[in-house]
Amino acid sequence: MSRDYQTQTPIAARVVEFIQESDAIFTLRLQLEDAAERARYQFMPGQFNMLYLFGVGEVPISIVSDPLDDDIIDHTVRVVGRVTRGLAQLKKGDRLGLRGPFGHGWPLALARDKDLLIVTGGLGCAPVVSAINYALKRPEHYRKLSIVQGVKHANDLIWQHRYDDWREREGVEVLLAADEAGPAWPFHVGRITELLDHVTTAYDNCVVMICGPEGLMQRAAELLLEKGVPPYSIYLSMERNMQCAVGHCGHCQLGADFICKDGPVFVYPDIRERLLQEGV
Amino acid sequence: MERQAPRFLARQNFPLLLEQLVEHGYRLHGPQVRDGAIVYDTFHSVDQLPRGVQDQQQVGSYRLITSSNKRLFHWANGPQALKPLLQPAREVLWQAKRDANGALAFMVPESSIAKVAVIGVKACDMAALALQDQHFLQGEYEDPGYRARREGLFLVAVDCSYAADTCFCASTGDGPSAQTGFDLVLTELETGYLIAAGSDKGLSILPHLPLLDAQPQDLDIAQQQHADVVAMQSRALQPIPIGGLDRQRGHPQWQDIADRCLGCGNCTMVCPTCFCHHQKDELAIKGDESQHVREWDSCFGESHGELTGFQVRKTIKHRYQQWMIHKLDSWQEQYGRSGCTGCGRCMSWCPADIDFVKEANVLGGGSE
Repeated sequence: MSRDYQTQTPIAARVVEFIQESDAIFTLRLQLEDAAERARYQFMPGQFNMLYLFGVGEVPISIVSDPLDDDIIDHTVRVVGRVTRGLAQLKKGDRLGLRGPFGHGWPLALARDKDLLIVTGGLGCAPVVSAINYALKRPEHYRKLSIVQGVKHANDLIWQHRYDDWREREGVEVLLAADEAGPAWPFHVGRITELLDHVTTAYDNCVVMICGPEGLMQRAAELLLEKGVPPYSIYLSMERNMQCAVGHCGHCQLGADFICKDGPVFVYPDIRERLLQEGV
Repeated sequence: MERQAPRFLARQNFPLLLEQLVEHGYRLHGPQVRDGAIVYDTFHSVDQLPRGVQDQQQVGSYRLITSSNKRLFHWANGPQALKPLLQPAREVLWQAKRDANGALAFMVPESSIAKVAVIGVKACDMAALALQDQHFLQGEYEDPGYRARREGLFLVAVDCSYAADTCFCASTGDGPSAQTGFDLVLTELETGYLIAAGSDKGLSILPHLPLLDAQPQDLDIAQQQHADVVAMQSRALQPIPIGGLDRQRGHPQWQDIADRCLGCGNCTMVCPTCFCHHQKDELAIKGDESQHVREWDSCFGESHGELTGFQVRKTIKHRYQQWMIHKLDSWQEQYGRSGCTGCGRCMSWCPADIDFVKEANVLGGGSE
């Protein structure tokens, strides 16, 4: 069954709010301009949109808002290249193009009535934020939510207030680690994988969602396997050069998978071998 | 529709087939000699077809010779066939316009269906077309531009009566005779053509032609011709099981290839099944209009595996692995068969004389 023609041509969206999260990270809150498109648009956490900056190009950005939020689609973006540098200049009321949503998201239905463990590394991992928000809004569906975040330097941690908020919630634990920390860092100093010894997730009855650099995802997933997490309970969000987002342009191939349409979220056993290969 | 039993079209009546196709509203597109190669382009007269021309191909070499032979299709192939017609090397996907208030509008260029009859499609290219169809039409998403161009095609295949030194379609199971997907198929004999329909569209053309019953001796000659072309093929790609090359990433032969490969991407440009393309924006000088363009891309290019700040495939070895392992191995997982149809172009047009078949056979664990 072929999808809507519209998925390959953008539709116009308007910036309703621009939030500067840190020096290099910002959130674009977008609303589709056409009412019929607004009504039609649906997504799940972990999916992404192609955002189009007029005259510059497109870039894949994961959606961080909640599927039930009215009309507003949030994208948290890190400035890394030409398009994202341009997106960072947008202001409230500016227009851009959007097509999507694309890909398979997090297995939030599978995680129901289980512990949910989120492991992220690096600078603010947007793909899991939507899953965290989704679970926080539906506490009755999940037994416990554990969020494990690691950064290289303590200064890299953005959204500290958000972690503080999350930590206050009932049934939520937040563990933070920095490889290198200053004297004011109250959390763990060391590798993120060391936190997995302290997290209280029931490893035999959980779903794990991991996002971050491939090496970190691989180490975390292997450690969790050792700790008894069933392999098919571990999910990873992958990243590659995505241009068409519909499995045609060939850039995001990972072995036989097209990350844009077969991912970006994969169950670990399906890509375990790939993470160990160089140049794939 | 399966290939139907053939009838006979005398050589002097071949132009009537072209006339009929024009009569049915098709623009003729077919092989002709240009710049020392056989290329496919628009044509109007049978005299433009490559009569008496033969290609001599070797790894790293492509030359044409001419003879007094009357045959129009007694050659193997040229650098391209159907791919540029269906997946243009450059195409505007959509256009964005910005008005004075900053409002954006997006427009898709009109894709009216152009009726094009392609004359003389070889079996390897028919098989490659089926693979491109799978990729662009039969997955989760359909490519609308490809769909429009595909709808308008009338395909006249022709069985090969000659194989170049680089041909190996018999070993991939795709030739030298066309099997399926065509509207009409020709077998060229000295005196004329066996002609058979492969679709309702093809069937509807036949009653307009002065056809004769095919004689048993003509059918025998056709069979012999097929057997001769199979025998003429000096190289064979050994079958590779799924994972057969992927598991060989540590093999020293990859580095040996990489030391010779220039990373130019010629192989991927001439490959009839390679589908990679990149997308980019071209802003008009007035700044109010931008075209979103796609162009062929190659996994040998630096930008192919590049994420901002991270290069997935840093070396030519990794890029050659991507090309060959995708083509012969992971393609099977994606589309149920190998992505190679035995045309041999990747070898003829390789400036570094890399013998794809030989390398694949070494890496696949078999003999050269």
